[in-house]
Amino acid sequence: MTSPSYLIRSASLLGRDTADILVRDGVIAAVGPALAAEVVGDATVIDASALVALPGMVDLHTHLREPGREDAETVETGTRAAALGGFTSVHAMANSSPVADTAGVVEQVHTLGRESGWVDVRPVGAVTVGLAGEQLAELGAMADSRARVRVFSDDGICVSDPVLMRRALEYVKAFDGVIAQHAQEPRLTEGAQMNEGAVSADLGLAGWPAVAEESIIARDVLLAHHVGSRLHVCHVSTAGSVEIIRWAKERGISVTAEVTPHHLLLTEELVRSYNPVYKVNPPLRSDSDVHALRAALADGTIDIVGTDHAPHPSEAKECEWASAAMGMTGLETALSVVQETMIETGLMDWEGFARVTSTTPAQIGRVADQGRPLAVGEPANIVLVDPAARWTVDPSAMATKGRNSPFAAMELPGRVVATFFHGHPTVLDGKLNTPRKIGSPA
Amino acid sequence: MRHLLSTEQLSSDNAILILDTAEEMSAVGEREIKKLPALRGRTVVNLFFEDSTRTRISFEAAAKRLSADVINFAAKGSSVSKGESLKDTAQTLEAMSADAVVIRHWASGAPARLANSGWIDAAVINAGDGTHAHPTQALLDAFTMRAHWSRLQGISSVGADLKGMRVIIAGDVLHSRVARSNVWLLRTLGAHVTLVAPPTLLPVGVEHWPCEVSYDLDAALEKGVDAVMMLRVQAERMNASFFPSAREYARRWGFDDARLAKLDALNLKDTIIMHPGPMNRGLEISSAAADSPRSTVLAQVRNGVSVRMAALYLLLSGEMRETPAPAATPSSMPSVKDPS
Repeated sequence: MTSPSYLIRSASLLGRDTADILVRDGVIAAVGPALAAEVVGDATVIDASALVALPGMVDLHTHLREPGREDAETVETGTRAAALGGFTSVHAMANSSPVADTAGVVEQVHTLGRESGWVDVRPVGAVTVGLAGEQLAELGAMADSRARVRVFSDDGICVSDPVLMRRALEYVKAFDGVIAQHAQEPRLTEGAQMNEGAVSADLGLAGWPAVAEESIIARDVLLAHHVGSRLHVCHVSTAGSVEIIRWAKERGISVTAEVTPHHLLLTEELVRSYNPVYKVNPPLRSDSDVHALRAALADGTIDIVGTDHAPHPSEAKECEWASAAMGMTGLETALSVVQETMIETGLMDWEGFARVTSTTPAQIGRVADQGRPLAVGEPANIVLVDPAARWTVDPSAMATKGRNSPFAAMELPGRVVATFFHGHPTVLDGKLNTPRKIGSPA
Repeated sequence: MRHLLSTEQLSSDNAILILDTAEEMSAVGEREIKKLPALRGRTVVNLFFEDSTRTRISFEAAAKRLSADVINFAAKGSSVSKGESLKDTAQTLEAMSADAVVIRHWASGAPARLANSGWIDAAVINAGDGTHAHPTQALLDAFTMRAHWSRLQGISSVGADLKGMRVIIAGDVLHSRVARSNVWLLRTLGAHVTLVAPPTLLPVGVEHWPCEVSYDLDAALEKGVDAVMMLRVQAERMNASFFPSAREYARRWGFDDARLAKLDALNLKDTIIMHPGPMNRGLEISSAAADSPRSTVLAQVRNGVSVRMAALYLLLSGEMRETPAPAATPSSMPSVKDPS
């Protein structure tokens, strides 16, 4: 069976050399300058002469809300948003309802993802039953399921019990899994509403101190070292956390870390509006934290960008700050925000962008056919970006059900022109095309 | 200025305008017929998401003395998951043609949300929001202080500020909307403020406030003071490790009989003692202090009606001069877009 072929003409590979890429049967069939007509055959030509070709982005941290909160997002709408944002794989966090803490639920999410066909949906398994932090979920059953779970997280809630965390770190070694920790000391953050500091003092909002994140990260890197496990730290938000992770890496501790686009761009000053679109967990921090996070992503202390895409229905944000839900959408703005904060600032090039948004997240999640080089024989997971484009963020025009984008009305650089998912164009001309059918060559 | 949300952005001119207008309003309270026709036909809604009989009846009296129609709306429940949302409640009031909404809310920022979300057109007056602000309380405190301070200086209070006045605000600053609003307003009016509290009851970040901070009430008194404002200690702080016991709190940070005597010993004969009420007698303030001639507790209540009349009148008549709105939208934040 043959599927349509595509010739990506004159793209700048990772922002460097210009070459043609021939996509055929789900893989990259040829790469080179000015591919010959007999090689190209009847392939559909896409002029990419002003575009950068990157490996499809891989998000290690997405909330797709299904099952249970289909009013906020479904696998279908969330993966459409992902494709439009340049992703070819997303990891669906476990805090659905029911919680993804059994093989049955992770297989359901996995199946929904396959049926949608926009990106590769990799379910994340809960660490503890019901995210309750009391007993381990059946991690092995989820690992052995059709969903082949490798990333486990109680995200939204910290695995705060040190013994439970230790056991989880140890146990997942049996199937090369990783624990992705939501680092938040619960007692230090009871009722917390925003970063604790000068702004929370003025606003009279209960503080979420940096130490509540840093103390858990410090504990966890020591635990990971002690039991020889790998640890992933979700959504690092403070300069102090960066220092602890840097210290751990210098000692050879197997820790990886993630930063969200919003923590790379926005600060707590926005909370002065009391507009809950800026309410997120961990909270927006200070300007100096933003700088430290950017520097850490550039120097590799922070390994990846994870969106923490968290759609909410409008009523969850159209209320007073303290009653509002925490979280922001991010799939359709991630590329632009990372370009704005890392590339436009000169901190990183597109090769670095590919590392932090594709190669390394795929490696952490043990996703073998994602985050691969743009080379012959590799799966054709490719995103084409127009780096010179500028656009104004309009949440009402997004594919996600969530309208809670903190970037609304901001002008940002970079536009996803096309996304290829195993050789199939899910996005063309910046618009959704068609999903990839099950059974297509992979 | 369409709304009165906090004192932080209140200009000196507008603050003094409110205080001067309140002077005129207080004269109405001394007449036999305590009523002006200024807001006849206008509707003022007291929207209270948190019980506060004192503040509500003060606003109610103020609106009625200006001949406004008053609707009291006590919103039940402390969470949007039960009952109606703030948005729906607000729009219900809008549909009833409210001209002003006086809102008391347990959540910091709820009045700002009401004013800035586009849900309603009415003027919004913050009657206390969470641990954020209580601007009319600060204004009535300033009014009370100004009357005292100008009398000491032998000048008319009209048009005067509080330059040179030394004020101590003592107690649970962390959870106090009264303290926050007073710090900003007293700064604007030129007073010198010292906050005195246990370190556990001061917010992280207090060092950025325009005031001094001390943990030692006696030392602060000894430096000289013209007004001492004691803050209420809420019962729910007692068992949350903010301080070891009520008795230890009263000894170290309460205005007790010994400290009352100390004012005399320090020859601070004109120092007044203030409290926003309701008082915990024997905890943050002793009965002797609360009932002494230095106490302005009842004058504060009386002045509250005048100040709230002034705020309602000025906002609804549009006589308040415009001040630039402090918008925190992304587009106005180049420091965020390009922090380098």
